[in-house]
Amino acid sequence: MSTLNDIRQMFFQECEELLEALDDGLELLRDSLDDGQEMDLETINAVFRSVHSIKGGAAAFGLEALVRFAHRFETTLDDLRAGRLPLTSDVLEVCLRAADQLAELVAAGRDDRDVAADAGAAVIEKLAALSDTKIVTEAEEDSYVPVPMSFDPLPLEFGSVADDGPLTLRFQAQKRLFTNGNDPVHLFRELSVLGQIKVQIDPKSVPEFDQLDPTDCALSWLILMETSEPVESIWEVFDFVDGLCTLEIDTPKDASALPSSSQTHVPLPDAGLSASAAAPEVSRLDPIGTGSEVSLGAQRPESQSPVPEKSAKSETCAGAATAKATVRVDLDQVDRLINVVGELVINQAVLTQCIKAAEIPMTTGLSASLDEFMALAREIQEGVMAIRAQSVKPLFQRMARIAREAADLAGKSVRFETEGEATEVDKTVIERLVDPLTHIIRNAVDHGLETEEQRRAAGKTDIGTVTLRAAHRSGRVLIDVTDNGAGINRRRVLSIAIEKGLVPPDVVLSDPEIDKLLFLPGFSTAPTVTDLSGRGVGMDVVRSAIQKLGGRINITSTSGAGTTMSISLPLTLAVLDGMVVDVAGQTMVVPIATIVETIRPVPGDLHRLAGGMTVVSVRDRFIPIVDLGYVFQFRDDPSTSTDLVYLLVESDHEQMWALAVDRIHDQRQVVIKGLEGNYGHVTGVAAATILGDGKVALIIDPEEAVQRTPSDMPPPTSPRIEENRQ
Amino acid sequence: MTAAEDVTIEDERELVTFRVGDQDFCIDIIHVREIRGWTPATVLPHAPDYVLGVINLRGAIVPIVDLARRLGLPKTDLGDRHVIVIAVVAEQTVGFLVDAVADIIGVAPKLIQPTPDITAQTTRMFIQGVIALEQRMLRLIDISAVLPPLVKEASA
Repeated sequence: MSTLNDIRQMFFQECEELLEALDDGLELLRDSLDDGQEMDLETINAVFRSVHSIKGGAAAFGLEALVRFAHRFETTLDDLRAGRLPLTSDVLEVCLRAADQLAELVAAGRDDRDVAADAGAAVIEKLAALSDTKIVTEAEEDSYVPVPMSFDPLPLEFGSVADDGPLTLRFQAQKRLFTNGNDPVHLFRELSVLGQIKVQIDPKSVPEFDQLDPTDCALSWLILMETSEPVESIWEVFDFVDGLCTLEIDTPKDASALPSSSQTHVPLPDAGLSASAAAPEVSRLDPIGTGSEVSLGAQRPESQSPVPEKSAKSETCAGAATAKATVRVDLDQVDRLINVVGELVINQAVLTQCIKAAEIPMTTGLSASLDEFMALAREIQEGVMAIRAQSVKPLFQRMARIAREAADLAGKSVRFETEGEATEVDKTVIERLVDPLTHIIRNAVDHGLETEEQRRAAGKTDIGTVTLRAAHRSGRVLIDVTDNGAGINRRRVLSIAIEKGLVPPDVVLSDPEIDKLLFLPGFSTAPTVTDLSGRGVGMDVVRSAIQKLGGRINITSTSGAGTTMSISLPLTLAVLDGMVVDVAGQTMVVPIATIVETIRPVPGDLHRLAGGMTVVSVRDRFIPIVDLGYVFQFRDDPSTSTDLVYLLVESDHEQMWALAVDRIHDQRQVVIKGLEGNYGHVTGVAAATILGDGKVALIIDPEEAVQRTPSDMPPPTSPRIEENRQ
Repeated sequence: MTAAEDVTIEDERELVTFRVGDQDFCIDIIHVREIRGWTPATVLPHAPDYVLGVINLRGAIVPIVDLARRLGLPKTDLGDRHVIVIAVVAEQTVGFLVDAVADIIGVAPKLIQPTPDITAQTTRMFIQGVIALEQRMLRLIDISAVLPPLVKEASA
């Protein structure tokens, strides 16, 4: 039972990869369509294979709704790749919806949810409608068929086959079919999806009892099938057992003289029979991968593979290059490894310190080995971190789905764009971003974008755009969701906040402060409770989810031009490069990634401002000084003497600050140790670390530290509106 | 918390006794992970005055609570002879600074008397009960009450 569950689980994991590949492919097609390029056959093939593999796996687990849908989808894709259906943006749109629906069905299958009988009916209808409009150019068809056969039913329209009577399938399983975990009953079940079947067992080749091999199957089956599907679809059912069985298909034309179980059956095209029996091993090694489709395409004369043999070969190469071999590892194991590596890094620091303390003369050999040790420790660490890091692509694809869904519900057309999909982030971070991002994107579509009429009235394009962006910046990951909608209606936000008693009625707030009201618990501006928003989950939940990840969220909005939600997150939860500094006698660590430069100003560079604030001039720019000793209450008064060293740091919003520290000790890699588990969050402190002497040092979160500047200093200026906004 | 309920089924509760200020206290041994000498702690900004800072306990960051201050007694004058009792409650590991650890004793639950009613608010909050032992009064500390509250996830 558990093994079956394992296999099932594996199937769904693979489904996720396949769905990703499917989304990728469709995205590529859209790009090429946008650029007015020819569609790439390889891409279409990849898309087709993904759907096909999902269908195959789904059949094995009896997920009939999924099989049925995948099959319909596959047919349309097949039309596309055969050139029977031209690729237009409408077609692509339907394909995208179909991919969403497919993902939905896969998820339903995984969670054992019941699927409504009419699930995806609308999409199926659309797909069917597409197939009706397809064009058949017979000349073209012929040129694609490697061995033209008179009985080839493929250039015919659907349904024409049924008119000619039932197909006869002769199926005999080889021993290996069973040892490879297949079962004819699944194949027959899948056949039954394609049409009405009648299965008869043919026992005549069963040997005498004393010669019987109990592990072999001596039975063969005779299947009569009424179907409107092309013969090719039937071959596809047997794709996964290719080489493990002998299969003959009599098309009615051919078998018209022999209505059913006639004995005088002349085998169909030899190539089809024997070649499939002797299919190369590779097709079995990779049942769901790229191999099988290729080898079959070359072997089945009656399949109208649009890929001539030559390009089939190149496809194999391309497939091998893109499909990377992966190993699935339990996340706990990776985490344990990360912990040990963390200890190794600390240990290396301790060792260095010990050698220094013991005053051992640094011979070249010793220092070289020590350097090497450090380099290796770092390399191991980076390697281990890379295991945990994943690109945000699957997350973004999921969000694209959410955006489409939201757009449908809101009755708006939305163009969803992504940038920086390759940005890598820790797996845990990605997982925990799903819910907040879903919410933000729904909000952007539902509240952010205007209706088509409103957009037109405002002189904008009919279709609103929501852009999801990821980038690395200052050792953090920035994720932005931008819409080009109407921007925040600040007057309404303020009046609602006052109405709900969230702020006093006579309050005077700056624009950024009003925007921040959206993050208050119990705030919702939706005039009507729609299906999308107003589920009682507000932006405050989003913010707390982001904060739990050590992240921050900010909102910027321009009236009439749109709104941006920016999320800033730590890259990894394990290690960082830090500058070890002395702050009023305390050793602290500032993340190097946040430091732009360090300066030691001359007295003339310091200028006092009203309110006790001091700025330092750096190349004609005035940068406010924040004394860390004062912020952390190690000193009673802010010190701004020139004896201090100033670290220029840049916040997520390009605001500069000069952090005053007493001395810089060192630069080194430190292992991040959470304070949260045993103590809790300390304002201005991101985490702690352990130095070479075994002492704990606090790692400063510069952004938060400067925000906590005591109240006699003015609040930081509002974040600049990003320039790339219109 | 449920610590008290967990052990009532036992015949005897094993308690670690120690001195803080001039008073005798004890906590259930179940919570005590180890006892170690005082090492200077790294100061935490914005911390309550009874939190001395954090130390490195074999790679884990552990906050140190001055138990005297936490119990409303005068602040401990730090010296090398002070001892840290490392306690684990639920998932939280915390070190308590005490003057000296005295003993480990077994006490039948029925010998634990309710805290006298006249005591101050802080005492009622932190002391679960008292035990008469050789003319002395041992105060049984409610360990979960003296933990520094987890910031942002205040323990209920």
